[in-house]
Amino acid sequence: MTTPHPRPDIPAPLGLLAELTHRCPLGCPYCSNPLALENRADELDAATWARVFREAAALGVLQVHLSGGEPASRRDLVEIAAAAHAAGLYTNLITSAIGLDPARLLQLKELGLDHVQLSLQDADAASADHIADYAGAHARKLAFARSVVELGIALTVNAVIHRANIDRVSALVELAAALGAGRVEIAHAQYYGWALRNRRSLMPTRAQVHQAMQEVERIRPRYADRLVIDLVVPDYYARRPKACMGGWARRSLNVTPSGRVLPCHAAETIPGLQFWSVHERSLQAIWLESPAFQAFRGTDWMADPCRSCALREVDFGGCRCQALAIAGDAGATDPACELSPLHPRMLALAEQDSVDADPGYIYRGRPVRTDPTAIRPR
Amino acid sequence: MHDGDIPKLPEFPRLAPGVRLHFDATRNAWVLLGPERVIETEGPASEILRRCDGSRTVAQIVDELATLYTADRAEIAGDVTEMLGELVAKRMLVA
Repeated sequence: MTTPHPRPDIPAPLGLLAELTHRCPLGCPYCSNPLALENRADELDAATWARVFREAAALGVLQVHLSGGEPASRRDLVEIAAAAHAAGLYTNLITSAIGLDPARLLQLKELGLDHVQLSLQDADAASADHIADYAGAHARKLAFARSVVELGIALTVNAVIHRANIDRVSALVELAAALGAGRVEIAHAQYYGWALRNRRSLMPTRAQVHQAMQEVERIRPRYADRLVIDLVVPDYYARRPKACMGGWARRSLNVTPSGRVLPCHAAETIPGLQFWSVHERSLQAIWLESPAFQAFRGTDWMADPCRSCALREVDFGGCRCQALAIAGDAGATDPACELSPLHPRMLALAEQDSVDADPGYIYRGRPVRTDPTAIRPR
Repeated sequence: MHDGDIPKLPEFPRLAPGVRLHFDATRNAWVLLGPERVIETEGPASEILRRCDGSRTVAQIVDELATLYTADRAEIAGDVTEMLGELVAKRMLVA
């Protein structure tokens, strides 16, 4: 069934993030989509996605994450999800809930959807709606979560943590548990793309981060028998970088709405990388040979302090996009690492941003408004 | 897991919602898939896991494995209990 792997030195990927569209009703200021959102007219059709899923499964991918934008903005979401399931992939839907009615959710369950990941912006409804720039979003998300659980579909709640909600991490965990989620992600914001642009509005203080981290560990035992709590750590205040993506081009790939294949969702911020498209090449050829994937694969690209570091195959030098954003060089050590000469600069940026007056969100995909606190009428 | 922190095993263990056993043809191995989790299984693990369907007790699973491998029941019981305990702690196995 599988073709022989022509490059045994390159491990097969485990996960595929499928960005079905960049359209989304929400405007979250930390959105992981690029600043330049792709157009609807360029989106891959369902048949092409089906081919991509078959190629992914043959390559060794086990899990597909149907994401966006808001994947429910695609009218053919059910058809696309069915193709992922038919390819034998563990199929996870990452959604804001907006635009996904119970009828379509039932169809998704019946075709074999394995898991739903729902974003919540805050435990406080008014704050959540302000962060999402969408009046009534929070209430609709809670109703959607109940439908997911009633249908017996496994549910994860994802909460991106930043200045506006960091004092409510316990409430977010409790809300996830009360909704019947089996897992919650407390994901401190990662500052690329939109979040980097909004860093002065989003960055919490070091004391807030410290307290939030302690809080999660304090309450974790309380939920041991019903809820998995996963933490995405905040790296501006860290001493060691995260193993971003589990290592560049090592475990997963990302396909954009138009079919460009990236090693991570923010990779397009790195100038000079050449991305290949599923229109022109097979996923296997892209995984093994694409210049963008080869650029930072393994450890050969590293300079010191990474090159001689005992942890080089533990954290893989951290995040390339963050190295670019802070050091101006995607091949540098992630400044989140205290061995980076730029580590003090990164810390200083965070500390300065965290105490600066909030200039107001620049919402993703929205025209810039004069009154940033207004919630768009529906 | 810490000593003394061994979770209680469910009477009729079954895989948690969103968790399933899958044969990975690329790696020629059974894997346990869950939300943001991939656990590669070795040897008898897949035989244990495929029996965690909510219809068998832990004792029945041990009996079946001991027969399947014509092995010492006490030894199998230790292996099964340890493995299921780890999965309960990870919330991949529920009652």
